[in-house]
Amino acid sequence: MEEFAALLDALVYTRSRNAKLKLLADYLRSTPDPDRGWALAALTDGLDFPAVKSSTIRNLLMERIDPVLWTLSREYVGDSAETASLLWPEPTEAPSPPTVAEAVDALSRMTRATVMAELPRLLDRLDGNGRYALLKLATGAMRIGISARLAKTAFAQAFDVSVEDVEEHWHGQAPPYTALFDWAAHGAEPPNADDIPLFRPFMLAHGLEDTQVDLADYAAEWKWDGIRVQVVRAGGATRVYSRSGDDISATFPEIAEALHIDAVLDGELLVRGAHQGGEEGGAASFNALQQRLGRKTVSKKMREEYPAFVRLYDALIVEGKDLRPRPWSERRMALEALVPQLDPARFDLSAVIAAADFAELSAIRERARDDAIEGVMLKRRDSPYVAGRRTGLWYKWKRDPLLVDCVLMYAQRGSGKRSSFYSDYTFGCWDGDPDEGADLLPVGKAYFGFTDEELKWLDRYVRNHTVNRFGPVRETDRSLVFEVAFDSVHVSKRHKSGVAMRFPRISRIRTDKPAHEADRMDTLRKLIRD
Amino acid sequence: MARDFSWIRPEPWGIHVVPADCWIDPSRPVDRALVTHGHADHARGGHGSTFATPETLAIMKLRYATEAGAVPVPYGERIALPGGVAATWIPAGHVLGSAQILLEHAGERIVVTGDFKRRPDPTCPPFEVTPCDVLITEATFGLPVFRHPPVEQEIAKLLSALAANPERCVLVGAYALGKAQRLIAELRRAGHRDTIWLHGAMERMCRLYEDWGIDLGPLRLVSEAGKGELAGAIIVAPPSALNDRWSRRLPDPITAMASGWMQVRQRARQRMVELPLVISDHADWNELTQTVVEVNPAETWITHGREEAMLRWCQLNQRKARALALVGYEDEDD
Ligand SMILES: [Zn+2]
Ligand SMILES: [Zn+2]
Repeated sequence: MEEFAALLDALVYTRSRNAKLKLLADYLRSTPDPDRGWALAALTDGLDFPAVKSSTIRNLLMERIDPVLWTLSREYVGDSAETASLLWPEPTEAPSPPTVAEAVDALSRMTRATVMAELPRLLDRLDGNGRYALLKLATGAMRIGISARLAKTAFAQAFDVSVEDVEEHWHGQAPPYTALFDWAAHGAEPPNADDIPLFRPFMLAHGLEDTQVDLADYAAEWKWDGIRVQVVRAGGATRVYSRSGDDISATFPEIAEALHIDAVLDGELLVRGAHQGGEEGGAASFNALQQRLGRKTVSKKMREEYPAFVRLYDALIVEGKDLRPRPWSERRMALEALVPQLDPARFDLSAVIAAADFAELSAIRERARDDAIEGVMLKRRDSPYVAGRRTGLWYKWKRDPLLVDCVLMYAQRGSGKRSSFYSDYTFGCWDGDPDEGADLLPVGKAYFGFTDEELKWLDRYVRNHTVNRFGPVRETDRSLVFEVAFDSVHVSKRHKSGVAMRFPRISRIRTDKPAHEADRMDTLRKLIRD
Repeated sequence: MARDFSWIRPEPWGIHVVPADCWIDPSRPVDRALVTHGHADHARGGHGSTFATPETLAIMKLRYATEAGAVPVPYGERIALPGGVAATWIPAGHVLGSAQILLEHAGERIVVTGDFKRRPDPTCPPFEVTPCDVLITEATFGLPVFRHPPVEQEIAKLLSALAANPERCVLVGAYALGKAQRLIAELRRAGHRDTIWLHGAMERMCRLYEDWGIDLGPLRLVSEAGKGELAGAIIVAPPSALNDRWSRRLPDPITAMASGWMQVRQRARQRMVELPLVISDHADWNELTQTVVEVNPAETWITHGREEAMLRWCQLNQRKARALALVGYEDEDD
């Protein structure tokens, strides 16, 4: 438990992603089984102890300290677990901390009837940092910025395996992941998963940039503006996975219910809507899909108003046959043969674009004004399905971004190499005529500065034009114009300006442009496609 | 007759000793000021005359460059003030020269602690428990979550981070008066003999401590460091310099901060600190409550800090207490 507590503390105070990876990797390498597996599960929110709630901690402390003093302390510290760890009496004798596995075992045996007697026994064996770690572990509220992806990357680094392999073998494994550590750390066979609806890492594309490809070698298909998903059926169960490998089956039950053939399929999850995708039969814009995202349960009304379906791109495995090593053209034939057997309400086929040559494709792409189209994908006809991004196999060719001129409003320090520079910016557009007294409304946030020179220049600019400071944020005098590129803009109730940009990025600093000539909200509103 | 101690009157800008027409730690200029210690929120320039320990007066001279009206009062010397008031400066254990002020009048004794701590500190004499009728105390760390660990433990943490990262340096943010010198003295006590590097703003106060006989070992300025000299070294800077442009010249610094606030993770994260060192020059919760018990006054008045929790504790322990609404005291970076 001491090592886990030390790791947790170090992670709390470490800002750079690389340093976090190193801390995690070192811990995973040096800690024995099963402690490291339990720790990994705890860090990635994979543990749940129903008997221990945040209210349990409060009740426990109320038996030991005046309620007014508890409330004042809790308000000041801002976190129940930390407050309790600081208030708990120091052990009278030298602490004899449990291992993580012992703690997990004890916690999982606790019931609501026993927790008030059992939890103190664990706390009495720990020092302050240990108590903090235990209570965080017990309540499952780590909130220290360790995503599943970061944990997997650290795991890969720790044992020098590929992160794609980790992704693939991780799924279907339960804490403490002993089979996973046996494979990565001791060279055992990877865990067997034929009967489990496992996530397989996605194949990804590079941006096309200035490359031109020969359509004899590459097939072109639309890139749809939904979310990339993988639908997997095996062993009688179906799962829908997001691009990061999160199980989102509960969010889209109609998809999970609709697949009845054992397969692993790659496609774009979309919602049917009024903004019809023309002849293909109806995909709404991304904003409609957004109504469905992030919900743990989904109401009947939601399902009816925003019915989801998957537009299929690729077939990885069909009826036990692993097609991933086969060329794209062969997988495409298998996919085309499969789709007619699927529920047409839930699955359709992403069409291949018929273009004689690159110039014609370019023209087709220019004309495409369908809201659900994000761009064009180019896939090498002989490419196997490989995890991650491989040069020369797949390209994405996005539609030209939209541009507006915005005014810098707030700046914040960035992360990594940008951490000592003000390099994260919030910018706004004028809500009317600035000469008539109109104010700026924030419309987006992005970082900028790719060279040291740009970073320094912007940092100096921010420092010399600061008018207000709120903690880490500096408000500037609203004098600098950024040209901001974005993919689309949507109505948003969450933003004060009423609009939200999708993928905003700063493309240029417009020192040549006075702030009052920056764009107004009207310009942005006209670009709304909902 | 119930005593009301009306000869001493707390006002928002300081504590007024009425018969002597003196003010303790006033935040605006007055004719006669009695100053507990040299921190800026307690010691200000511009008074007609300033009564304080010689060390505190030296600190004030360094900071405000004024000497006019300075009346040095060594620890333990009882001086007579107008109106039948006697005053004695008694060690508070907070920083060099820091004192509690004992005021006596008409058979009543009132002690103003100023800022204080009960832990040993190699740079100043320890706090002395002084029986009195009214204890006017600070409560900067007046919440039961504040339990400062032994300073040796925090120094060991700093030295092991340094040893584990020979290519890097450890940049410690520490308040320029008191904390910085105590940190350096504690490092020396732990056997650290290497040159400790200073931010320019630290230099004069460190020299002043040395003039008063506190050995801080080899010190140099960061601005004088040659290439490569700072790798594996400890650098002490004011907290405001930690994330400042100034720190960019340092070789991949591990950002540390020595402060009682570092006990709370969120506070440390707000300061972008990687290595929080819980070293405080103020009393923690146990020291505060222990002091009230030991001094055992008829009344406890609380000047600044988290007075709500202290008031509650006094109430739970059947002690008469009140909070004074003084302005101008800050949460020092202690
Ligand atoms: Zn002070
Ligand atoms: Zn103070």
